[in-house]
Amino acid sequence: MSTKLANEPTAASAAEDRPILDVTNLKMYFPVKSSGLFRRTVGHVQAVDGVSFRVQPGQSLGLVGESGCGKSTTGRLITRLHEPTGGTIDFEGKDIAKVSAGKLKPLRRDIQMIFQDPYTSLNPRHTVGSIIGAPLAIHGIVPKSKILPRVQELLEIVGLNPEHYNRYPHEFSGGQRQRIGIARALTLQPKLLVADEPVSALDVSIQAQVINLLQELQDEFGIAFLFIAHDLAVVRHFCPEIAVMYLGKIVEIADRDTLYSRPHHPYTQALLSAVPDVKQAQVGGRRERIRLQGDVPSPINPPSGCRFRTRCPLAQEICARVEPPLLQIGPKHKVACHFPGELGQHPSKPVTPGLLGVDSTGLPDPAAGPAAELSVGSGYSDTWFDLANNTMGGKA
Amino acid sequence: MSSFLSVRDLRVHFPTQDGIVKATDGLSFDLERGQTLGIVGESGSGKSVSTSTILGLHRKTRAMVSGEILLEDEDLLKISDEEMRRKRGRDVAMIFQDPLSAMHPYYSVGNQIVEAYRVHNDVSKKAARTRAIEMLDRVGIPQPDRRVDDYPHQFSGGMRQRAMIAMGLVNNPSLLIADEPTTALDVTVQAQILDLLQDLQKEFNSAIMIITHDLGVVAEMADDVLVMYAGKAVEYGPCREILTHPEMPYTWGLLSSVPEVTGDVDAKLVPIPGSPPSLLSPPKGCAFNPRCAHRDKVPGDRCRTELPELVPGSRGPHHLKRCHLADPDQIYATEILPEIAPDLAALEQNAQTQTPAEQGTDTGVEDK
Repeated sequence: MSTKLANEPTAASAAEDRPILDVTNLKMYFPVKSSGLFRRTVGHVQAVDGVSFRVQPGQSLGLVGESGCGKSTTGRLITRLHEPTGGTIDFEGKDIAKVSAGKLKPLRRDIQMIFQDPYTSLNPRHTVGSIIGAPLAIHGIVPKSKILPRVQELLEIVGLNPEHYNRYPHEFSGGQRQRIGIARALTLQPKLLVADEPVSALDVSIQAQVINLLQELQDEFGIAFLFIAHDLAVVRHFCPEIAVMYLGKIVEIADRDTLYSRPHHPYTQALLSAVPDVKQAQVGGRRERIRLQGDVPSPINPPSGCRFRTRCPLAQEICARVEPPLLQIGPKHKVACHFPGELGQHPSKPVTPGLLGVDSTGLPDPAAGPAAELSVGSGYSDTWFDLANNTMGGKA
Repeated sequence: MSSFLSVRDLRVHFPTQDGIVKATDGLSFDLERGQTLGIVGESGSGKSVSTSTILGLHRKTRAMVSGEILLEDEDLLKISDEEMRRKRGRDVAMIFQDPLSAMHPYYSVGNQIVEAYRVHNDVSKKAARTRAIEMLDRVGIPQPDRRVDDYPHQFSGGMRQRAMIAMGLVNNPSLLIADEPTTALDVTVQAQILDLLQDLQKEFNSAIMIITHDLGVVAEMADDVLVMYAGKAVEYGPCREILTHPEMPYTWGLLSSVPEVTGDVDAKLVPIPGSPPSLLSPPKGCAFNPRCAHRDKVPGDRCRTELPELVPGSRGPHHLKRCHLADPDQIYATEILPEIAPDLAALEQNAQTQTPAEQGTDTGVEDK
């Protein structure tokens, strides 16, 4: 990718650098109603709380995290199945976060979704042909007589027999149904596909078929992917850039190599160490796991400060008082932790007080200078916080 | 001396309107106390049916069961329903995949554990409740004396699975069957549960059968591995051995179709083409032959006509495989391993270049 960019004129590369999707400070709070007559709102589930990321055209961003971390809600916000509580979703330069329901139709052409469960996401009473052809009819893109040929073409693209257009979903196996769901998502030639756990409902031997298919489609049609999954290995395989979410927030976002070989957030490290690994057993012995205690806290009343602190082996006073900012610490690496570092090399003192204007226990520090300007944007900047000498000195 | 659990030629066939479904077809394996057997296979390969038969969960009018299931030399298929009921939950216990649907929503978690305990032990309700709290504490549920009165829906997924394990272990069973115990859980919780199972196994010296489709889980947990396909064992042996030197193309397929968190990112996933066969009319010959990339290496079309026996291959008497291929090790080392793990392949290569020096010259000359 970088070599390709280098060969092109700067104007073109700038255009290519413009993200297709630019999400800033996205929030989704679901109200919790009391029981009883008035159903007062008694709290909010902070499902997504200030998430920022970018997706480049034709690229994939992976969102990983445990159940309840808000990754699926994020996907649903991008496809505007929910209206976000706050934040912006810039799609091709237009903010779609607050677009009214009536004006969403043209948007649906460009952003489509692949669902997790191929058994419940296809209408059992419709033939495959009418399921895949429905988007064409709704958007009136091709005349009615051309719908069938296009459906057959799509069936062929996803590796199904084009003659099967008049069959019903129950006549297909799980893997084949997922292909139907993919064909439906491709019908309108979207620019962005939100894939929400596209393979987790499938058998192992079938998963690889579907992943390979998605990869071929991406290469062929240049579709950008927001790939949501809990399987770290699948995400690593599919996405060059990955964001790790915990309780509605991104705790670490980085390119693939950095995230998997040098994760700096204790949660990412724990997640990676928890994945059982066949190859590890092949070369002998198992890795030491980082045992996380307990469960993910409730998003209705999340812990103060850093949300991971209740399960974090590194947590200190500052973690309860101040929320760590998502700090850029490398050319393509951001982490939200007061003690970022590679496994076993976490600093003993928090690195963030100087930036936040607090002392090392998190209390406001009058002696400290004004809080440094911290980038909260979705992209990466050219300078970053240098962990080696604790200054904003890092440069490309 | 016979094994603690010895299953011999187990067949579970279900007569249906469309014909006989051979869900399990001639399965044999052994398991000792303190050991773990991993059973791997896709949905419909017969893994769950086989294990629920051990628990005697199939009605004899609906399923045709034959073979032997010897638990401490007693054939579980021959004993009466009444005797089986006494064993079930006391000697043999099961942990199900989905704890939300396996637990009764109307009874508190504590009541369900108490029930499981009092069925087999003549104790007061109070003593049983103390025991339930003790078990919840043992599986790591915080504040067990309060949580014991909670209902399943008040527990999180990981906690429900812990409560299930507590229920399964309340009578200190000597054989624990875990059917996909972590499939519904997140990785960090999965790690907790697997650790817990291993700790409990050490403590109670139970035998564990763990059914899973995740080879990673098998790699961490199992001593022996049984790979199932279309109701039959296709490969069976010690875990390390099977994972490092698999001899059956289906096992190769499983290994090469799963991405890993370590290793080469650009390694392409090699899916197994097609989908698992229908058990109503499994393919003739080897059931895997329509999906097998190596069937043409067997002369005379035997894969399509003749069912291979489950026999020891070239790697010793403990590694059984069901395949006609004459030189699976060679194919694995030269075609499969370099694809899925180039780093491991290089290691193997080095190891091999060292050994021929003492054996002779036939392979050593090539790379000077």
